[in-house]
Amino acid sequence: MTETTPDLAPSDLECRDLVKEFSEFRAVDGVSFDVPQGSFFSILGPSGCGKTTLLRMIAGFQSPTSGDLLIKGRSMIGVPPNKRPVSMVFQHLALFPTMNIGENVGFGLRQRGVARAEIKRRVGEVLERVGLPGVSERRVDQLSGGQKQRVAIARCMVLEPDVLLLDEPLGALDLKLREHMKVELKALQAAFNTTFVYITHDQSEALVMSDNIAVMNKGRFEQIGTPQEVYHAPRTAFVAGFVGDANRIPVQVVDATGGTLTLKTGGGAPLKLDAAAQGSADWRPGQRAEVFLRPEAVDLLPAGSEQAEAANMVPGVVDAVLFNGANSTVTVRASDGSLMTAALPQTGVLAALRKGDAVTTRWHPSQARCYPVAEG
Amino acid sequence: MASDTSKLGFYLLLAPILLWLALLILLPHVGLFLVSISEKIGPREYETGFGNYSAFFTEPLYWRTFARTAIMSILATALTLLLGFPIAYYIAKITRGRTKTTLFLMCMIPFWVSELVRTFGWMILLRETGVFSQFLQWAGLVSGPVEMLYNDAAIMVGLVYTSILFMVVPLVTTLDSLDDSLIEAGYDLGGTTTAVMREIVIPHAMPGIVSGCIVVFMLSLGNYLTPILLGGKDSLWFTGMIYTQFITRFNWELGSAFGFLLLALSSLVVFLGLKLSGRSLSETMGRS
Repeated sequence: MTETTPDLAPSDLECRDLVKEFSEFRAVDGVSFDVPQGSFFSILGPSGCGKTTLLRMIAGFQSPTSGDLLIKGRSMIGVPPNKRPVSMVFQHLALFPTMNIGENVGFGLRQRGVARAEIKRRVGEVLERVGLPGVSERRVDQLSGGQKQRVAIARCMVLEPDVLLLDEPLGALDLKLREHMKVELKALQAAFNTTFVYITHDQSEALVMSDNIAVMNKGRFEQIGTPQEVYHAPRTAFVAGFVGDANRIPVQVVDATGGTLTLKTGGGAPLKLDAAAQGSADWRPGQRAEVFLRPEAVDLLPAGSEQAEAANMVPGVVDAVLFNGANSTVTVRASDGSLMTAALPQTGVLAALRKGDAVTTRWHPSQARCYPVAEG
Repeated sequence: MASDTSKLGFYLLLAPILLWLALLILLPHVGLFLVSISEKIGPREYETGFGNYSAFFTEPLYWRTFARTAIMSILATALTLLLGFPIAYYIAKITRGRTKTTLFLMCMIPFWVSELVRTFGWMILLRETGVFSQFLQWAGLVSGPVEMLYNDAAIMVGLVYTSILFMVVPLVTTLDSLDDSLIEAGYDLGGTTTAVMREIVIPHAMPGIVSGCIVVFMLSLGNYLTPILLGGKDSLWFTGMIYTQFITRFNWELGSAFGFLLLALSSLVVFLGLKLSGRSLSETMGRS
């Protein structure tokens, strides 16, 4: 038997300790990551976190202050944008208004000196693949927002780039279309089997589409992981607060012995957490910390229902019901005045919950995450 | 009635422009046309006919001057475009913020001074005892004084100089409206600088180019001061010829005919220019 070496998927894109300094501040601060071939990689962060600068460095419109950037193992430092095997879908798509759709999509091929008949064939082919056959002769302003989106992707994909960069292309669309395009983008990525690097500030876009997400804040990557990891096991307080909704409870450590972390809130109520579920294990009594708890991790027990005594049970009254279909939430005020947001399933007895009703909140010690607060 | 008041307001607002057009443009042209088709057959005796127009075509000096004026104006327009486009591109696309405002202002400042004074400025530079001539002598490049005034090149310099602002302003406006990401997209898709210019920037700037060219061409064709001062007696500019007919020769009839021919010429060239660039006048004026 011959031993076969496992086929390591080569990285399409690799950044090594990338830094971009502007005169006043560091926009990108020591970012390292690699994106395997054919995967959908998202960079998620609030506006001003440096994600656009990072993307523009990959595209070649800005050059890094230090660090290295490799595409298919080849360093891209000093390579101008028109010589890089990457294409970019711009935030406002940047379709050329003076050209029709066919000329737009064929632009890149014309620059490569491909024969006219061949351009026509390949443009037709790629437009068909994005689901827009026969639009070549139309003008840009005759297409709808979603169609323009697909033309912008077709214009890049016709060049068969190694990496496709997308700069928040869904930002300009209305909500319904955005939901639809999320699914469609993911399907297109799978169909073309090209590496997509997608930047966004919308966590739901990143969670739905990505194979891997990097959460970026103040020029640094806080965490890189699958959507599940980032959502369920956020490494830092920033990630826990930025990705998804969370109740944020300021606490003080009481006891950290054994498998349980005992905390107390500002109001004095005791909380218990599984110490094993926490990233950090170094807890001192008296230390200040913050607990992050997802609304869907909170169980609601209507008054009168028989429940066994368990950890983290707090009686309270309903402060507000925010009806939002399947994403409805309820805010419960505990006796010490603290508020807790919980998901409100629109089925069963809880759907009838009204403001002022007595209700008990409960959550399992393994469901919440606790992060120490930097002193000072 | 509300609609009556608003109608009255509309006509009141329209009145100044209508008066302007009727009294200052339409009426003089009607008068000019009537004068141009009257032939003098004796003292205070006139008869209607196209003799003044035929005089233009039979006398080679007249129509040659006419053609020379047209060709020089087209050349001046082309030169202004070639010089103005890089300036406008630099102001609109490369500089940012305060530098941009400053540069734009610096283009404007010379136009605060009267055209006459500016043209005298060129004369001080170019004349035999002028700055350039003396510099060349001082540098030892020439042995005696050089006269740089009173030739076609001097006229061309003056024409380009006086009209370049009217090319730069519409170009900056249209180039400003070009989204930077379109240029970046062009490079991103593998375009060279030449290709990006040819396929993205210039098609976008076309309305500005056309309207700038129209304005510069009209200004050059109708310019009187610059060709006379920088070109001297032999400048042979058509407006100079019209002036001579009216003032020196006191032949208002022929002068009027020349005026009408100049109007026809400028209309024809603008029409041909629009046809060549494939645009309509309303589209060009509406967009820039």
